[in-house]
Amino acid sequence: MTPTTLHAPLQASSTGLLDHYHIPDFFCELMNRRDPTPPVLQCVKDRLAALSLPELRRRTQAAEAQLYRMGITFTVYSDKEAIDRILPFDAIPRVITAQEWDHVERGVQQRIQAINLFLHDIYHDKNILRDGILPADLVLNNANYCDAMVGVDVPGGVYVHINGTDLIRDDNGQFLILEDNARTPSGVSYVIENRHMMLRLMPDLASGLPIRSVEEYGLRLHQTLCEVSPEGVIDPQVVLLSPGIYNSAYFEHVFLSREMGVPLVEGKDLFVENHRVFMRTVSGPRAVHAIYRRLNDDFLDPLAFNPDSLLGVPGLVEAYRRGNVTLANALGTGVADDKAVYAYMPRIIRYYLGQDPILQSVETHICAEPEGLAYTLANMNRLVIKPVGESGGYGLLIGPHATQKELADFREKLLADPSNYISQPVINLSVTPTLCQDGVEARHVDLRPFALTGRSVWVLPGGLARVALRKGSLVVNSSQGGGSKDTWVMAS
Amino acid sequence: MMNETQGQLLSRYAECMMWLARYMERTENLARLLEVTETFVRDANGQVAWHSIVQINSDEQTFFALHPSGNTNAVARFYLTEQKNPASIYATAQAIRENARAVRPLVSIEMWTQLNVFTRWVLNLKEQDIYKNSLSTLCTHIKQDCQAHFGITEGTLYRDQAWLFYKLGKTLERCDQITRLVDIRYHMLLPQGEAPGSEIDITQWTAVLRSAAAYHAFRRLRPVTITPANIVGFLLKNEGFCRSLAVNLRVMDETLALLASYPGLRSRCSHLQECVAELRVTLADQTAEDIIIRGLHDYMSWIQQQLSQLQGQIAQVFWPPVSSAAVQPAFQMQE
Repeated sequence: MTPTTLHAPLQASSTGLLDHYHIPDFFCELMNRRDPTPPVLQCVKDRLAALSLPELRRRTQAAEAQLYRMGITFTVYSDKEAIDRILPFDAIPRVITAQEWDHVERGVQQRIQAINLFLHDIYHDKNILRDGILPADLVLNNANYCDAMVGVDVPGGVYVHINGTDLIRDDNGQFLILEDNARTPSGVSYVIENRHMMLRLMPDLASGLPIRSVEEYGLRLHQTLCEVSPEGVIDPQVVLLSPGIYNSAYFEHVFLSREMGVPLVEGKDLFVENHRVFMRTVSGPRAVHAIYRRLNDDFLDPLAFNPDSLLGVPGLVEAYRRGNVTLANALGTGVADDKAVYAYMPRIIRYYLGQDPILQSVETHICAEPEGLAYTLANMNRLVIKPVGESGGYGLLIGPHATQKELADFREKLLADPSNYISQPVINLSVTPTLCQDGVEARHVDLRPFALTGRSVWVLPGGLARVALRKGSLVVNSSQGGGSKDTWVMAS
Repeated sequence: MMNETQGQLLSRYAECMMWLARYMERTENLARLLEVTETFVRDANGQVAWHSIVQINSDEQTFFALHPSGNTNAVARFYLTEQKNPASIYATAQAIRENARAVRPLVSIEMWTQLNVFTRWVLNLKEQDIYKNSLSTLCTHIKQDCQAHFGITEGTLYRDQAWLFYKLGKTLERCDQITRLVDIRYHMLLPQGEAPGSEIDITQWTAVLRSAAAYHAFRRLRPVTITPANIVGFLLKNEGFCRSLAVNLRVMDETLALLASYPGLRSRCSHLQECVAELRVTLADQTAEDIIIRGLHDYMSWIQQQLSQLQGQIAQVFWPPVSSAAVQPAFQMQE
């Protein structure tokens, strides 16, 4: 006797999500790895294959509506109005195996240790410059070099407490560091909110898999800030300093202050008296010991930097220099994530740690140097050329995608100010299955893991997976039409 | 163990919590007033007495500037979607949104989500939305969203100082609303020359009760005669009606007492507590008849002045304006 089927079986695989997936020549995180597929990935693959396209679309729409309702948005300002936008969310996760993560984690930790030692050195003895490891001019005349930091000792020697490392994978699946973000990296709130969304939306996909939790970030962040608070303070008051409710990243500021359980303050909520920082509360002034600031250096203190800034706190920098308050990140960390200094990072790691870099950098040509400029000019159509001071994917040229005219125009810009540029070979970023207009297609993706440094370096087991939603595009930035995915780091 | 720094509420948060509650309460009241007026409130010629809403809110100047002809049919639009009217629901929704964004780190996610959806909906209302279904459908929707907010807040907000400032705002606004309503509607509805004890036009007075969401509660009292005095008495002095002046002054008193129990706040609250106590005494010492005979309008105006001063004093105590000296380079130790 055959049992009666009471409900429809899982979708037959002939209508499965991945059936029409065109596997490109690039490394595909799920479908075209250069190794035998690990069991966890095979499991995710099988479960995805059992989902239908309409079902995935329905869930994605539900997710985006929910993000909008919950105000998990960033604000875009036009001339007339403020528009709240969500970061487009893709419901197919990006999976990282335990073995891959181990490598990434160690590489990121090593990098941040070196960056902190480097920053301490350039604001104190400048040994690395004296030893000629990198040009003194590049550091001391760097726009982000902060004179106010010279000779200042920061708690634990930590300058970069919160760091985001942008990683990509090349044709062979090798992780490469594309960029360091050592100033005020953003995006970690999406790592955690994407996970929440994913567990609500795809419980069937995640069920039973050894996915590592991202929940403890807020707790760890608070703990980190307490660890680096001024010495002798027993119960430090931590605050998050935001430019305010109109800032495009305000959601993230809210999220982090909520996760830490500390006040989100604006500049006007703080004041400095007798070189100590206080916040205005209903019961009067209250001492503040550590500030997670989401304001750029220039805006922090009108007395020290931009005198027109109304966002900052007058006297804050002097209070900081005297060690009465901790700023996270420290001032002047922008030298470390400078695109030209990046080229020297492998040498910086060897210099301070005596180790080979665990994570490789992308081969970089410095146009400030004659041979770098000559090479770049000779190979423009094969290189990515980036201005050193920009972020957010602005102002760069992707040689192979550029027209003759664009190449010619860029050549002029480059020749007019060579020291403003670096060039790198085009890396064929890895791809991952992503829901697009016509179905599930391959899209390029990167990964930004976040690391916290107090007494030690802790890397959040996950990261912001940014995906370029335009076909063929290599630019993943949210300001340039990128979306995001949940990153599943597997425990085994 | 709770650490000592907990409960130190940022002044800006206190201010925003208070105004969030005030604007929510005001929005709910205005929506109710519009709905009740359209349905129940008629003038001597049987026309909808739209102008009474303008009077209650003291918005004559703004209204006539925008509508010089005094066309009272424009009142609904003036209070719903008019961007140039700082008292419209459009404007209060904007204020709610800004305050909600400021306290978003503090309030529950459920509170924020509902406020986010609600204010975005109101801010996108167009004039034709008023007439698409009916004014009452729209007002009911607004009212219910406000009530949903109060329910979510009651059920999810952590009870620390922020909650107390929120409650202060809510009670202050209710005191203000009920005295304005009693003041204006009393004069409008009392037929010329009649004594306060005489029988009155029931339809008109039930409308007054409905405007304050007091109709059914009042019915349960089953008064033998319905007089202006016992209606005024109910709205101002009843101890069970949650929007009466007496109840809200009492809750304000209790809220200030709770606030005063926090470290460092006793002395800051004492003067405010005295002010509220005085208001309560003046109310308790008079019957509704006394109030009417001595001059209802004068008493209502006096209460409103006191409430406005109280708001000013709260601001002075808990979020004093930052003196311009604070942004000067040189810092003096204050002794």
